[in-house]
Amino acid sequence: MEIGYYPGCALHGSSNDYETSVRACLAALGVGLREIDDWICCGATAAHSINHKLSIALPARNLALAARDGFGELLAPCPMCSMELLKAEQSLRADPELRKDIAQIVELGLDRKTAVLNLIQVFQKIGLDQIKDAVKRPLDHITAACYYGCLLTRPPETLRFDDCERPSTMEAVLAELGAKTVAWNYKTECCGAGLTMANEATVLELSHKILMNAASHGANCVVVACPMCHVNLDMKQRDIERRYSVRHGITIYYLSDLVGMALGLSDAALGIDRHFVYRG
Amino acid sequence: MARIGVFTCWCGENIARTVDVDQVSAAIAKLPGVRASVNYKYMCSDPGQALVREKIAAEQLDAVVVASCSPHMHLRTFRKTAEAAGVNAYRVEMANIREQCSWVHHDRAAATAKAVDLVRIAVAKVRWDEALEPIRVPVTRKALVIGGGVAGIQAALDIADAGYQVALVEREPSIGGKMAGLSETFPTLDCSQCILTPRMVDVGQHPRIRLHSYSEVESVSGFVGNFTVTIRQKARYVDTAKCTGCGECWNSCPIKKIPSEFDYRLGFRPAIYIPFPQAVPARPVIDKENCTRLKKGKGCGFCEKKCQAGAIRFDDQDKLVTEEVGAIVVATGFKLYSIGKQQENESRSGYGEYGYGEYKDVIDGLQFERLVSASGPTGGRIARPSDGREPKNVVFISCVGSRDNAKGVPYCSKICCMYTAKHAMLYKHKVHDGQAHVFYMDVRAGGKNYEEFVRRAIEQDGARYYRGRVSRIYEENGKLIVRGADTLAGEPVTIEADLVVLAAAITPAAGVRDLARKLNVGYDEYGFLLESHPKLRPVETASAGVFICGACQGPKDIPESVAQASAAASKALIMLSRDEMTREPEVARIDEKNCAACFACVRTCPYHAIERGEVLTPRGVFVKHTARVNPGLCMGCGTCVSICPSKSADLAGFSEQQIYAELEALV
Amino acid sequence: MSEAFEPKIVAYVCNWCTYLGADLAGTNRLEYPPNVRVLRLPCTGRIDFNLIVKAFEAGADAVLVSGCHPADCHYTSGNYHARRRWIVFRRLLETLGFEMERIHFTWISAAEGKKWQQVVTEITEKTRRLGPYTAYRDLCEAHQ
Repeated sequence: MEIGYYPGCALHGSSNDYETSVRACLAALGVGLREIDDWICCGATAAHSINHKLSIALPARNLALAARDGFGELLAPCPMCSMELLKAEQSLRADPELRKDIAQIVELGLDRKTAVLNLIQVFQKIGLDQIKDAVKRPLDHITAACYYGCLLTRPPETLRFDDCERPSTMEAVLAELGAKTVAWNYKTECCGAGLTMANEATVLELSHKILMNAASHGANCVVVACPMCHVNLDMKQRDIERRYSVRHGITIYYLSDLVGMALGLSDAALGIDRHFVYRG
Repeated sequence: MARIGVFTCWCGENIARTVDVDQVSAAIAKLPGVRASVNYKYMCSDPGQALVREKIAAEQLDAVVVASCSPHMHLRTFRKTAEAAGVNAYRVEMANIREQCSWVHHDRAAATAKAVDLVRIAVAKVRWDEALEPIRVPVTRKALVIGGGVAGIQAALDIADAGYQVALVEREPSIGGKMAGLSETFPTLDCSQCILTPRMVDVGQHPRIRLHSYSEVESVSGFVGNFTVTIRQKARYVDTAKCTGCGECWNSCPIKKIPSEFDYRLGFRPAIYIPFPQAVPARPVIDKENCTRLKKGKGCGFCEKKCQAGAIRFDDQDKLVTEEVGAIVVATGFKLYSIGKQQENESRSGYGEYGYGEYKDVIDGLQFERLVSASGPTGGRIARPSDGREPKNVVFISCVGSRDNAKGVPYCSKICCMYTAKHAMLYKHKVHDGQAHVFYMDVRAGGKNYEEFVRRAIEQDGARYYRGRVSRIYEENGKLIVRGADTLAGEPVTIEADLVVLAAAITPAAGVRDLARKLNVGYDEYGFLLESHPKLRPVETASAGVFICGACQGPKDIPESVAQASAAASKALIMLSRDEMTREPEVARIDEKNCAACFACVRTCPYHAIERGEVLTPRGVFVKHTARVNPGLCMGCGTCVSICPSKSADLAGFSEQQIYAELEALV
Repeated sequence: MSEAFEPKIVAYVCNWCTYLGADLAGTNRLEYPPNVRVLRLPCTGRIDFNLIVKAFEAGADAVLVSGCHPADCHYTSGNYHARRRWIVFRRLLETLGFEMERIHFTWISAAEGKKWQQVVTEITEKTRRLGPYTAYRDLCEAHQ
């Protein structure tokens, strides 16, 4: 199977460990990823805060490029990217006038529909049974707290993915890997998001609470499917520990890390050794 | 040739200031058939009406046109005046030269010209009016009440006490409705069952009330004054005539742990059960889904063995019974909005974030009533459903589903602010060292002594009120963490609660839309039944002879439900008080010679007022099929007239000829 | 022509909603042009499209049909029938080349006095701009 691949700025930048992980894991599952040629920023928070049309046009160009390259489906491992792409796709389908307008701006045709998938949806597409059959090393040492953050399931009217109050799709994947998951209360609480630089104290407080709750419910690691969540929980963990005088030492895995590990891939192959919190 | 009298009113200055009434009278006097054309200051007054009668006599008029205010104001008045002077009431028309002329146009010439046109149209119309007699319809002097809650009970008692027979249908095994499950009622804190059960007993013992409990309305046919209702009496598997209500059966039943409907799943009941000790009728019912003998066809049967009266009937079947009634009162009550994520209506998304259905200690208002009630599953001790411990901090959340365009219903459920204050008080009365926390948006306490009641909850019983909503509830170490906002303090509030009570929105009872369709009563998008007019006719419906009362019409409390029930009963009694009733005769008629019997009208009529009939010779030989209007049912909308391909249907008072004549008079 | 053209507008309104709405406009003294002549009917369901054609035949320059909002019909479904018929009839008229801007279909409730005022004013002005409806008369004369 081959699908289009939209890494987005994070996966080529500070979260390149996520890209390593996604590529290695999906390759092992026989899924080829073809990166869209000449993709541009999805707009992220900046575009939709400033200009509505810009926030549609930026992702629209990427959708048009995917269509041009012949892809009906596109994986965007970053939930912000996948949400913006999906929102743009829906706006373009619903409003033919807008579609004509944006097509002129991005200088490409927008008539073909492109399905946008997040990482969990790709695993669902491969089939959880298939993944289970491919498991070489069951993860019985893993007791994970699955952390969904803000954008994997919200806004529910746009994403229509999982239950936005009590999501469980990550747990379903981990169940096939032989890992245990915990029922905990911070699955969808904010980690501080993009305030990492502008308001570090808030990020430290919110992410600290997430880590505390995960640990108090018996988890020995946290699983995410978002590079922003990973940065706040992993890269900032030492700062959290210092500020709150506490020792967390909780590994933050990408979902693709765990799938890859269960398939027999090494930490290095998956980029896990590049995490800030890494036990080696 | 018609002899028409035209009476133009000045309405004091209201018309005369803008319309030249003399000019109107003069112009109209020239029309063929107009024998009198006069004007007067106040046509509706005594001297005005006397003028009409005088002219009718003097000129031997056979039709009257009054040019004045809207027919909605005085058509009835002038019809009576004409009738009294010998002109058929239905050969009276009005021209609206006030609301739709003098009050909205200021140019005297234009307004006068328009007034003349409007009167000309009315004169053309009245020429074609037939002399009609009101339609007499016999009345079955018996009523049906659907729903045995406090509203249905009140309506049934009022009608029966007035001397008429009543059939009362209730789908639960006992009457009493939601009120039977309440602990105390606001604002008096009367014990709910104490004030209700005497009424329930009255119903059970009333010589003129036939109670069909554990029954539902299967079908309704007929028309106002003459309804035939088929009622399905569901199988109880107990012979109620033989049963003495001794209780040996339900005490001996080995299946004891079925979640009790009456206790809203906080308690248990056996498979053969009586919903509550004061049930009327005090006869048990066997739940066939859970009874061993009924499921397997053999085994158990302990109740049968224990029963001294031989009342257990495992071979019982549903029975269909017919009642003939003249009036129907609907009092089907309400149910709570479904709080969790699963919603009947897909456009609503529920409150998954409150954990209702997931955390045992997050309950709704009706469940809390059972906890507080002395006859409830905990004997009135306020205990957490999870571990039975007494809660020291209880959070009450208002408006769960109400006033919520995003996830629930946009309307206010009216009673929750009051019962939440009541809950806070009852809680404090039982748990002296407890603290009640109430999250609210507004406090609506508009009834008599209601505001004072809420103040007591705050000032005397120390309830803490936070103006704000709750964003999330989750469980941590056996406590429910409630995260909300206190908008007056401008801060978030987190409370570690032992118990959370959600005031869920009031919605109509399940199955009400199906029932409404059987009765030809309209309902709104939420399922609340539609009244004829929200201000002036709150208990009547568009279906003549069918009345509504209580929460089925909209959220309301007990005093309002009781008042509306008596109102509906009085409307029913107006009908039942006579052997015959009269209806407006401006109904449709079918020319049977012309009718092609395509029956498009039969299918179209919103009131099913048109029947498939036959034309027979005087000797009874079949000639042809025809459609035939039942004048007792026809409401006079005219939809059949326009759909008839052969132009066989017409509407008295608004006939094709009349409308063409009106058009021709115009221009 | 020495006089300015004053359009003649025939309005078929339902007794329970639009007629009461028009009464309300009167009670509130909302002024509007005096060109409309209201023909009161029990329900818009009573309207056979004969009646609309007849109105033009009789000399109307524009016709308005107005009733209760969907779901609010006093007789439950009359307005639905009217609407359905209108959808079919409109296509027929368009095919025949009729000036569709002369026929108007609205829902005005008993509470919408202001809407009645607005609708009547707009239609009057629009019809004034369109000029008199002469097609029917011209057709009759041509046949003579």
